[in-house]
Amino acid sequence: MTSSAPLYADGPDPYGFYGDFGGRFVAETLMPLILELEEAYQESRHDKAFRDELAYYQSDYIGRPNPLYYAERLTEELGGAKIYLKREDLNHTGAHKINNCIGQILLARKMGKKRIIAETGAGMHGVATATVAARFGMKCVIYMGATDIERQEPNVFRMRLLGAEVVPVTSGTGTLKDAMNEALRDWVTNVDDTFYIIGTVAGPHPYPAMVRDFQAVIGRETREQMLKKEGRLPDSLVACIGGGSNAMGLFGPMLNDSSVAMIGVEAGGHGIATGEHAASLNGGEPGVLHGNRTYLLQSDDGQIKDAHSVSAGLDYPGIGPEHAYLSTTGRVEYVSITDDEAIEAFKRCCHLEGIIPALESAHAIAHALKIAPQLPSDHLMVISLSGRGDKDMSSVAEYLKRNGEYVGVPGKEGNEDQHGTEENR
Amino acid sequence: MATRITQRFEALQQQNRAALVTFVMAGDPDPEGTLQVLKALADNGADVIELGMPFTDPMADGPAIQKATLRALEGGQTQRKTLDVVRRFRAENNTTPIVLMGYYNPIYRYGVDAFLADARQAGVDGLIVVDLPPEHDNELCLPARQADIDFIRLATPTTDAKRLPKVLENTSGFLYYVSVAGVTGARAPTPADVEAAVARIKTHTDLPVAVGFGIRTAEQARAIARFSDAVVVGSALVECVEKAATADEAAQQVAKLTSELAEGVRSARDVAAQ
Repeated sequence: MTSSAPLYADGPDPYGFYGDFGGRFVAETLMPLILELEEAYQESRHDKAFRDELAYYQSDYIGRPNPLYYAERLTEELGGAKIYLKREDLNHTGAHKINNCIGQILLARKMGKKRIIAETGAGMHGVATATVAARFGMKCVIYMGATDIERQEPNVFRMRLLGAEVVPVTSGTGTLKDAMNEALRDWVTNVDDTFYIIGTVAGPHPYPAMVRDFQAVIGRETREQMLKKEGRLPDSLVACIGGGSNAMGLFGPMLNDSSVAMIGVEAGGHGIATGEHAASLNGGEPGVLHGNRTYLLQSDDGQIKDAHSVSAGLDYPGIGPEHAYLSTTGRVEYVSITDDEAIEAFKRCCHLEGIIPALESAHAIAHALKIAPQLPSDHLMVISLSGRGDKDMSSVAEYLKRNGEYVGVPGKEGNEDQHGTEENR
Repeated sequence: MATRITQRFEALQQQNRAALVTFVMAGDPDPEGTLQVLKALADNGADVIELGMPFTDPMADGPAIQKATLRALEGGQTQRKTLDVVRRFRAENNTTPIVLMGYYNPIYRYGVDAFLADARQAGVDGLIVVDLPPEHDNELCLPARQADIDFIRLATPTTDAKRLPKVLENTSGFLYYVSVAGVTGARAPTPADVEAAVARIKTHTDLPVAVGFGIRTAEQARAIARFSDAVVVGSALVECVEKAATADEAAQQVAKLTSELAEGVRSARDVAAQ
């Protein structure tokens, strides 16, 4: 039945390429470090002790497996596909990011590294990195764009509480890509004792493969849980994409199940046509940045453009190379969702399911809102709820206020709206 | 065919002195100013000129070159304008080798074949592309060699004896030894460490070995020039441009520092011999 479909390999070719994408485009200083990392990673993949240890931390520290939850009211409201949410928001630290961090820090320890560095955008990867660094007693430095520090203050506080040093990055435009540049500059300077925990399925090989492997627990659990609940595989998977680690983790283990449709949702910002977005596949061109060839937002002269999204976690001008490859083969469909659509989906998830999703995950929900009503009731859809939305309160409040809506403290300015007054609370 | 770079190094070897290699950013302080700065370099003792191709995300560069990049991009510098300034410089100077230095993406976006053809035609002699290790020689290194453009590679303190042959394999023109692990313009190298590293590299290659990163003064240049084939100075020159109020002033300051550095490089082996 699936004999004609191409089989997707377990990883890239030996040079780190997925088709034309990927590779190891780094400065010579880093090459020996990356080759050493690749060796350690390949060794650990086949090491039973390493895998047992990883499984232990996944269950007892992260809290896995997390539920595949049937979103009954969302399903009823949309009147089409049967919708499940994969609850990565219930992990320790509140997002899928820790799946990868725990894996990488175990590798760092195995390699004898003492100091951890990472970049972060929304701060979730920074928090997850600071968390595992605290747990394993390692020094931790997080690079974060000055612009992002301002809009994600609670996460900055969390990282500092966890003992990490948060370094504001003012170079370039002070966002995630500049934080990544700064982390690379740190790594190139501190080559002996430092391990760089990259937070997404991008960067030089072996990072895209390694991060996908550590995130694949999402897809493996989903597959097993769906077989248990429904006796068959899901019909479609929907996940948001910045760099694309939660999507790759969900899709990866089912790429060769050809009956499973997969949709990656990029951040459309103000709309692709406006040029203010973070949709590298839908609005970018192939190029080379941060160690890999992939689709990038860039000018005709090859200068990298700033991404825009209401969600800081999707605000990156590139995308993981395996996604670029899966887009060219057509195995995964890549769409985009605007800021407005994401906020609307955010609100509906809160109201209908009592779950406050991360703004990133709200992009995936928004696409489900569009397509689920047209699908039959026996269509099984899984949405990756990659993280919880507590970190986004101020972004959402500001957005709603700008648009004349106000969800605030009763009795304070602006509360005379559909949410009721103090009297009928 | 011997390139301008090879010819220059052969000539300097006859004179028993190291080369002064200078780096400035194209488009900094502005397109016209760059031409003035290039002439100031060539007229005051620079033996080889590295000209930076600005890129928004200079991962391997320290603050001085990062800021120069931003100034250039804000002034509207493009790859085509960078080739233009080389062409104009070449119209008046047919001997000083020019090496374009930067990151791969602007070249990739331009189109490798088109870029090499235009670069060759403009009078470019070599390329240093920071994020293209030998693992990716098919991308640009081999096509550049085919087009008679030297591909100069960096070796670093992390490049061990096992890896060095791979780094050297398709390198031409000269080898650029990065004297400290880090970004451009950071801490100064320790001459004794660098001397040992250069000696080690020289057992693997006959190519000239240039040393750069963290060298700012005539004194430092003199120390390194005793035992290396070339001394590279970048951030200190870029800072001259940054501090200058006008392009004229930038060219004057660059001229002054270049002649001091050249004096340091040229006197290195006399001092050593005494």
